[in-house]
This record gives sequence, structure tokens and C-alpha cells, in this order.
Amino acid sequence: MVEITSPAFKDNSTGALADVNLQKAMRHVRVNFIEKRAKAAAALPEFDDLRSSARAIKDHVLDHLDLYLEAYEAKVTERGGHVHWAANAIEARGIVLDICRKVNAKTATKGKSMITEEIGLNDFLEKNGVTPIETDLGEYIIQLRGEHPSHIIAPAVHLTMDQVREDFRKAHKHLPADRPLNEPQSLLLEARGILRDRFLKADVGITGANFLVAETGSSVIVTNEGNGDLTQILPKVHIVVASIEKIVPTLEDMSQIVRVLARSATGQEMSVYTTLSTGPRRKGDPDGPEQYHVILLDNGRSTMLGNEFRDMLRCIRCGACMNHCPVYQSVGGHAYGWVYPGPMGSVLTPALIGIEKSAHLPNASTLCGRCESVCPMQIPLPKLLRHWREREFEQHLTPASVRFGLGIWAYAAKRPALYQRMTGFTMGMLRFLSGGRGRFRWLPLAGGWTKHRDLSAPQGRTFMAQWKAKQARISK
Amino acid sequence: MSREAILSRIKTSLSGKATDKKRKDAVASRLAAHAKGVVPASQDNGAGVVDHFVRKAIESVASVEVVKRSMAGKAVTRFLRDHNLPQSIRCGEDARLKKIEWPKTGGPQVLSGPSDGSDLAGLSHALAGVSETGTLILTSGPDNPTTINFLPENHICIIEASDIEANYEAAFAKLRRKHRGGNIPRTVNMITGPSRSADIEQTLIYGAHGPVRLHIIVVKD
Repeated sequence: MVEITSPAFKDNSTGALADVNLQKAMRHVRVNFIEKRAKAAAALPEFDDLRSSARAIKDHVLDHLDLYLEAYEAKVTERGGHVHWAANAIEARGIVLDICRKVNAKTATKGKSMITEEIGLNDFLEKNGVTPIETDLGEYIIQLRGEHPSHIIAPAVHLTMDQVREDFRKAHKHLPADRPLNEPQSLLLEARGILRDRFLKADVGITGANFLVAETGSSVIVTNEGNGDLTQILPKVHIVVASIEKIVPTLEDMSQIVRVLARSATGQEMSVYTTLSTGPRRKGDPDGPEQYHVILLDNGRSTMLGNEFRDMLRCIRCGACMNHCPVYQSVGGHAYGWVYPGPMGSVLTPALIGIEKSAHLPNASTLCGRCESVCPMQIPLPKLLRHWREREFEQHLTPASVRFGLGIWAYAAKRPALYQRMTGFTMGMLRFLSGGRGRFRWLPLAGGWTKHRDLSAPQGRTFMAQWKAKQARISK
Repeated sequence: MSREAILSRIKTSLSGKATDKKRKDAVASRLAAHAKGVVPASQDNGAGVVDHFVRKAIESVASVEVVKRSMAGKAVTRFLRDHNLPQSIRCGEDARLKKIEWPKTGGPQVLSGPSDGSDLAGLSHALAGVSETGTLILTSGPDNPTTINFLPENHICIIEASDIEANYEAAFAKLRRKHRGGNIPRTVNMITGPSRSADIEQTLIYGAHGPVRLHIIVVKD
């Protein structure tokens, strides 16, 4: 299980900002993802219309989620697959292990999946005698390092090539120690060679799902490497772990969302492999799994459906919000302290593990709004972060000093005459104290700010004073 | 147990929505209608779906050639020779592939059945192509092993020019016509270019776990 360090976000961030390798690696996020997405979005005139269409599809599904889940289950069963329902992570892990044990599985290959991170599947399987093998290149690298993904679609984005090379030299002892590994290409080839054998020998293949299609009973994965496909066609058992909000009604609805997914994620018009799996292999099929299981995970989502965080259930995990987030770009994903990083993580994590275990995350944002502006599903992330801040305050999770300050401010803000006198006085004082330099290098109670940068001193008069003067001019 | 609990929590969260009858009708009609939503206008500038498909497939880093149907066997042979590959190809029992006219001499040895990972080149036949993004749609079945599309380093795929559609929606309509009642094959692959990864420092590298090369042969009369 991923250890939760979200409450230590501030300390995590300080460490991340001082981490030379991390800062070097994160440079690629700041440039590549953003430019590629912008280009892909601009090349499709209908992009914004598709976003609205995609949003409407998910809203419709959420309004009828119980019925769609039943329809989907009926189709999967009709096609010879099995549907299992898991209320939480413990149940989901138990179901996976049970299926593995019934076929005496020793190894399970895995396609890249955030939901199996959410339920802490790898550690659990390992402890129970089934070896999980991550096969996505990035996931493979971080599994070697005993780490967790720092990005939902680029799990090893926090690492440099030099670090990966060292990991491969340590892990792949059977290969010549002096082999050159100076290019990403040679590292990829090495991983491909090692994993190919494991693909062919695995007893079970576990994937997540980008979509569950109610019309056909299909699970759909969207990938680039082909590892997810080898995971779901080679072993004799294919297990899909998916959360309940992954449903789309029809193949046409899937197409609408597919058109915004890759463009928002990697800036591709279409990912290399979009694959629909429906039931086990059919009569006469020469390959494909003999068993097909889908585990539908709730884990708090049915509750989100009825509260102010419902919009978050539209999320398709493209990663655009974190790619464009100035906080994520600076500190990387691990600082967020649990499975889902960035803006989407700061909204989702409190809903899944509780705000008391993830306080600080809703504050790990300047609410600049870039996330919402690029979200293909038009999720109002800043608004949802504010909702969590309110809950944080209501539950007295906000630090005492902040509550005290807010208390004073609230007292004054509710008394306009007092507020205007106070702000007018404070501005005058600050202007005077700054001695005409227009900024402060240091100010009492503002150390958190002035330690890293100057604080601008107010210039001129307060807004209210200016407003009054303006009104007076107009009425003359 | 959990099934009922989850469904009941969902119902509670959705309380206050339209009546059950209304909701059921909405779902049934949605599932039956296959409404298309926003379908991007063709960007082919009048060149036609085949030309646009070829252009987009090349953009996805596939190699493409358009040949007469009788020349498909020669095209496969040439691809293998040009890439210094042994004249040997793995393919399913698909009737369309059985009809390929191979060169009298120097053509490849044709191996039938699924791939076990030892083949260097695989040959399959697409159900449809999508001009919008240069995407191939392949389906599994007794004569079409999916392993051929993923295990060999070189994937050659033949597609009829007349099977190239403008968009995904048209391709899915074709899939439904072929497989009535929504009973689609176990695996439907939508493939756009050869496999790739950018997991190391965001450097894009081709040939991850799937094919290193994707060669598309568009055949026409």
C-alpha cells in the first residue's frame, strides 16, 4: 500500500525543490507536454465542441450510473465474462488474489493502471505469493526502484536517463557489465528483451480500463507501448480492475472521448493502441485468455456522486491538469504524498482517503485556473479545491495560526467601516515603512513569503478609496 | 453483497432524479440509438479518404503503399527483402490472406496460426481503416490471431481501399453490420502506427513492446 505522506506536503515540497535530479527531469514536463497538447488542440477545429460533448456523455452516465452498470454487467456475462463488485480496496485485492489462486498463478503481468495503485495491489499480491510484473516501461523502472508513479500517464517522469541506466545495471546482473547504455533506445531494448520472456510465461494478466462500454460489455485500454495488449492476450486469465465511473454507453460515445483523450494527454491525435476486450476467447479462437474477469471498484465514488465533488467523476486520467500546474511542475508527483498527484489528485485524494489524512493538498494550489482551462472534461478543479478548503476549515484541520488570522479578518470584513479604516491605515503604514523602495525584504509574520522573495509594498490608495473618489467625480 | 450495497448507494446519491421509468427509457434508447455526437469534418481537402488515410498513417510513423490486389504478395516479399528479413511470414487462416498471389520464386514461407513470439514478421488483414487518424481496425477470430498484431517485430497489415472509412463512427457501423447484436469479437484493435514509448526523459522511441515497424498495404482493384 502506498504510504500516505500528504499531510507533509510542505516538507515534501522543500525536499523536491532541492532535488537536483528531480528538477532536471521535471524540465521535460514544463515544455513537452504543454506544447504538444496546444498543437494537437489547435489542429482540430472541433476540439472544444468535443470537450463539451465528452462532458455531456459523462454527466449523462453519472445521472444513470446504476442502470448503466447493470446493463454493462449483463453484457459482460452474456459474452462469457465474470463481473465482481468491490466496495473498497480490501475487497478488490481479495477478489484478484482469489482468481489468481484458483488458477495457481505464480506471476501476473500488469498493464499500466492507476487503480491497482489505488488499491495497493502489488504489495498485496507479492505478500501472498503472486509476483506482480509491471510491463509499461515507466512502471517497470519504478518497480525496480521500489517507487510509485509520480505522474498518472508518465510514471517515471521524475527520473533522469542516468538514474534509469544505474537501475538497469543493478537489476540486470546477467547482462555484460560493460554494455553501453547511453541512449534511451538501448534502455528500452533491454527492458523489451527482459519483459518479453515474462509476458510469455505469465499466468494472469491484469489491466485497468480507460472505458467500459455498456453497449458491448467491453473493457477498453488506450496505450502506446503494446504492453497492455500483451498483458491481456497472452495469459490464460485476464483480470480488469476498473472504477464504476468508467462506463460509457456506446462505441460512438467512446469515440467522442477518445478524440480528446490522447490530444490532452500526450498531444497525439490518437494513441497507438486503443483495444476493446470483450469476454474470454471465443470458440475456435487460436489465442486470447480463457477467463475474463472485471472487478468494479467503488471505493468512495458512489458517495462522491451525491456530493459537491461529483464533477470529479468525469475525470479520464489524461494528466493535462498536472502537466499545466505550476505547483506540480515544480515539485513533481511524489510530494503530493499518495497515488494521484497534481490538481486532480488534490481533489480526488481527500475523497478517497479522507480530508483528515490529506489536508494540505487542497492548499497545494494557487488556484490559477490553468488546470480547468485544459481539462478535456471541463472539471472545475479550482472550485472543487475550494470546496475541500471549506471542509478543512469546518473540520478544524486548518492550522491554529491560520484560523486565528482568518478570524481577525472575518471580524473586520463583516464591519465595512472598520475594514476600510484598517486597510487604509495599513496601506499607509506599509508605504511609509517601505521607505519609498516599494518592497520589503523582511516583514514580521510574513517570513514564509520574504524568505524566498521580496514583498511588494502597496502603492496609492485602497480600492474602496479610489472607488469612492471615482463615484464622486461621476456624480459631479 | 457488495453489488447491492454499491447500487443502493448510487441510487441514494442520485435521489431526486427523474422517475425510474423515465431513467430506464433514457438508458435503453441511448444504448440503441448509437448517437454520433460531434464528428470532425474531414480534413482531406477533397483528396478522398484513401489519400488522407495514407497521409495520416505516415504521420503516425507507419509505412504505407497502395497497390493492385494482385501485387500484394509482391509487396510483402519486397518489404521483407528491403528490411533484410528472412522470407518467412506468420499469418492466420483468413480467407482474404489465402487468396494472396505470392511470387512464383523468392516469395516467403507462409506459416499459419498464432505467433509464439519467435516470428520476425506477421501479416494480418484489417476489417477497416479510419482516414481521420490513419487508424487500422483489426478483429480477432478463429482465422485472425491477435498475437500476430503484437509479437512480431514487423507487422504488415493489408487493407482494402474500399474498407477505409472517414471516421471511427463509420468503422464501428461496419463492425456492427458484421457482428450482429453487438456481439463483437473478443479483441478489437484500433492501431495507429508502430509501438512507442516516451517514458525515459520524454524521448520518443519507436518499437516498445509491440511491433517496431508497421507496414500497411492498401489494396485496390
